[in-house]
Amino acid sequence: MASTTAHSAGAADRAGNARLGGTLYRGDPGMWSWVAHRITGVLVFFFLFVHVLDTALVRVSPNAYDVVIETYKHPVMVLFELGLVGAVLYHALNGIRVMLVDFWSKGTKYQKPMLWTILAIWLVVMIPGSYYLLVKGFADLFGGS
Amino acid sequence: MSVTDAPFSVDKPRSPQRPAARRSNFELYSWLFMRLSGLLLVFLVLGHLLIMLFLDDGVQRINFAFVAGRWASPFWQFWDLTMLWLAGLHGGNGLRTVINDYARKDQTRFWLKMLLYVSMIVIIAVGTFVLFTFDPNIGN
Ligand code: HEM
Ligand code: HEM
Repeated sequence: MASTTAHSAGAADRAGNARLGGTLYRGDPGMWSWVAHRITGVLVFFFLFVHVLDTALVRVSPNAYDVVIETYKHPVMVLFELGLVGAVLYHALNGIRVMLVDFWSKGTKYQKPMLWTILAIWLVVMIPGSYYLLVKGFADLFGGS
Repeated sequence: MSVTDAPFSVDKPRSPQRPAARRSNFELYSWLFMRLSGLLLVFLVLGHLLIMLFLDDGVQRINFAFVAGRWASPFWQFWDLTMLWLAGLHGGNGLRTVINDYARKDQTRFWLKMLLYVSMIVIIAVGTFVLFTFDPNIGN
């Protein structure tokens, strides 16, 4: 597992024991991809907690639900929604990469090109996606109602 | 720097005291579960986000009537239920790993995990309850 790798690499480093030269994991892009995977996973879990509770208001009354859901509709919330999409998308793409490293015989060999590939896919989705949501947000902010 | 430095002592392979057969396979199954649930969540969560934020009028069209319309269909009920359970268990199990990695004192670790398990139960129980008891006419 990624977490184990990060820790043993760190431990070897601190013990001044890194005789394997080029295979040190700490500070490698592979480590940062794991850090980002961990942070996005935790953030999405926190969102899920809030989200299930706000959805639960449909059991209270239609009005209670509608009033709370209004907060998602404020134009500035576009930024929050983009952040959420960006986090989920990165976590999903990197999750697929982790599975390929684990199960595909050539996965470890290609882990780095796969990292650049998922980052490219992330940009290709996020640039038009952000453009679309931001334009809509601006229209609501200045032209709306 | 001698190459023969062995970093760890290795047990004799056939020594009779090895407790291998008594070990639990929980961590193996949890590792597998992270990967299988992740694969399904790709479609469930990204599909959910696409529908909620990008299709039609995105977030602007969401209200009680919208949810009532969607949960009239068993397909979306099943979608949401699967997503709820998988995201709750996958995210919760992931957070368990994170707590195991960073909590230094046994006590801290114990209480953080209790907090985590309670939140997981709340998420899954409340979400399931809402989905099964949803009443489109609750306002009347
Ligand atoms: C800002 C983005 C999001 C919006 C606007 C949104 C909107 C909604 C809405 C309107 C529902 C009501 C049921 C339905 O119509 O299907 C719902 C349910 C649900 N959403 Fe989301 N969602 C978002 C992001 C997410 C994410 C990222 C996740 C996963 C981590 C998620 C997980 C769920 C689950 C599990 C349910 C079912 C809850 C229950 O059974 O009580 N949602 N969402
Ligand atoms: C969208 C599809 C998803 C995929 C493909 C995916 C994939 C993965 C994989 C393969 C791991 C294991 C990483 C490892 O063992 O090193 C993982 C960890 C994790 N996931 Fe997901 N996941 C997805 C969605 C989610 C969601 C919706 C949440 C939150 C509710 C979440 C939260 C986490 C957390 C907290 C971890 C632990 C991170 C760590 O130990 O560093 N994931 N994910």
